[in-house]
Amino acid sequence: MTQATNMQVSDEIAINIQGMNKWYGQFHVLRDINLTVQRGERIVIAGPSGSGKSTLIRCINALEEHQQGSIEVDGTVLSSDIKNIDKIRSEVGMCFQHFNLFPHLTILENCTLAPIWVRKTPKKEAEEIAMHFLEKVKIPEQADKYPGQLSGGQQQRVAIARSLCMKPRIMLFDEPTSALDPEMIKEVLDTMIELAHDGMTMLCVTHEMGFARQVANRVIFMDQGQIVEQNEPEEFFNNPQSERTKLFLSQILGH
Amino acid sequence: MTDNIAFVRHDTLPPAPPPPSETGAIKWVRENLFSNVLNSVLTLLALYFIYRIAVGFLPWMLNGIWDAPSLQACREILNGESAGCFAVLTERWNQLLFGFKYPTDQYWRPSLAFILLFASVAPVLFSKLPRKMLILTAAYPFIGFWLIWGGTIVAPVLIALGFVFGYVVFTRFEKNSFAAGLISAIIAALVFWYIAGFVSEALSGVLALEPVPSRDMGGFMLNIILGTVCVSLSLPIGILLALGRQSRMPIIKGICVVFIEFIRGVPLITLLFVANVVLAYFLPPGTTFDLILRVIIMITMFSSAYIAEVIRGGLAALPKGQYEAADSLGLDYAQSMRLIILPQALKISIPGIVNVAVGLFKDTTLVSVISMFDLVGMIRGPILASTEWNGVYWELFGAASFLFFIVCYGISQYSQWLERQLATDHR
Repeated sequence: MTQATNMQVSDEIAINIQGMNKWYGQFHVLRDINLTVQRGERIVIAGPSGSGKSTLIRCINALEEHQQGSIEVDGTVLSSDIKNIDKIRSEVGMCFQHFNLFPHLTILENCTLAPIWVRKTPKKEAEEIAMHFLEKVKIPEQADKYPGQLSGGQQQRVAIARSLCMKPRIMLFDEPTSALDPEMIKEVLDTMIELAHDGMTMLCVTHEMGFARQVANRVIFMDQGQIVEQNEPEEFFNNPQSERTKLFLSQILGH
Repeated sequence: MTDNIAFVRHDTLPPAPPPPSETGAIKWVRENLFSNVLNSVLTLLALYFIYRIAVGFLPWMLNGIWDAPSLQACREILNGESAGCFAVLTERWNQLLFGFKYPTDQYWRPSLAFILLFASVAPVLFSKLPRKMLILTAAYPFIGFWLIWGGTIVAPVLIALGFVFGYVVFTRFEKNSFAAGLISAIIAALVFWYIAGFVSEALSGVLALEPVPSRDMGGFMLNIILGTVCVSLSLPIGILLALGRQSRMPIIKGICVVFIEFIRGVPLITLLFVANVVLAYFLPPGTTFDLILRVIIMITMFSSAYIAEVIRGGLAALPKGQYEAADSLGLDYAQSMRLIILPQALKISIPGIVNVAVGLFKDTTLVSVISMFDLVGMIRGPILASTEWNGVYWELFGAASFLFFIVCYGISQYSQWLERQLATDHR
């Protein structure tokens, strides 16, 4: 890790989740989640499907409502107040499994939309910011195309750039590579690794264990709505403690 | 060779043109008209029918009489031959267009309004036109009203100023909350219009055109007035109803659902009868409530319920991820609807919306049932009942169909062009 210049973790708390519970009707999806994330941390959340990992990070920017416990993001406590939620959402970037770019807008318009309307940035400045981040994800030449004309990997990189244009302090990734062809996974992971080296606080739900080893400073394993185990990546992969974790790791690393 | 499975291609084959027998008009004819015995027989049969229709219809059309004072005179000229008496169209053309009571020397006013209609609708339909033309679009309802109904220009100007005043008040109070802004704007506009009523009465002579009351409107003009006003009102109302039906607030959702389901469950004809007769019972005695206005309200309610359901289909067709992406960027509800959701949902809904709009335009002929003299009402009433033209059916209803067809086909062609313009998702 030669270029790991900026990857220190500070003492400042970015996200603080205490005693959080969530139900879908009668179904208890998230059970007593306690998680504190320091600024600059790169956390990978792994676990079998249906274990609540996506739901957990979607609670952080209130795409999902939680019923019990508290979530504090950047010192703002998440409540049902819409102004409060919009504030947190503009500070927290998110990338989705299916990119969710806006198909009726060009790549550049996708990136400038939120800065112009939410941050009230002048259009010209917003376009400069957008081009800066499109260069960072290495697709400035696609700025005037529409999302449908791009490959999956390119679309996901645009989605990352779109989030970055809001200058978020925290980035959430919800399985960003699982809808991609194998050839394109690397270009997205490279972008995410670069982002980590810039010191971004990141929470990634992913099955890319190579990425976890290389970038994460903490791996969280979830099952049945609970945090089962968390550890530094080396310890997590080489010396898993719980039986459930061992089984999961043997299944995904087994071939 | 067969047991040797190793293969390496060293040079790429260049693309070659298809064989000549697979292109051109002959191929098309053979494939589409004479591909087998049955199709060949059907093709010949169809050609025969086209020939018979042409032989019957073309002489009737081409030998038609365009200049005669009455059906009797026309038949005398024809002298037993079978041909159309199109003279009724030339003779009663103005009545077909403007109705039979609109002052003859004022025909230039609705004609001018009709021409201005195109200029003011154009910037809405074609986004490449200069945006400044939208000023004309905003002013058109008031100009059009003044031209067609006449009276002093002060009244429409004051009505327009009432909207401007309401908007100014809205921006002033919007900072507190959207609801406060909206309510204070409505109150401000109503107070403004109340005072403006006295002002325009006092100034009733200023730039006054000869006033024409609503009951004197008629002909195709009436269909166009009802069609354009109702379509342009029911689209925004339909959007609001569709969004309201999706709302998480139970009261708003309930109101929208009840409205849509009730209106959709009632025939338009009954609504028109309500507008014509029943509504008068509910209004305080002595209030005169313009008949055209009542009909406009009813047709607008009717079509906005349908448009709301069409747009709801478009909203439901959007992936949930679009809502989530808009939310995750911190856009508020109004922004995410206006910038992300509605542009896509409306694009999906274009065929359905056009369907409703075309249907609505044709349904405006139903007002002939409540004794308004629109194009069909004019034909069924004053023209066919007159001694000169009693019995001319084909020519009149053919012409009416043709007028409606031109408009509806134009709308349909525009919508297909618009769909192609908006196709950016490259599916």
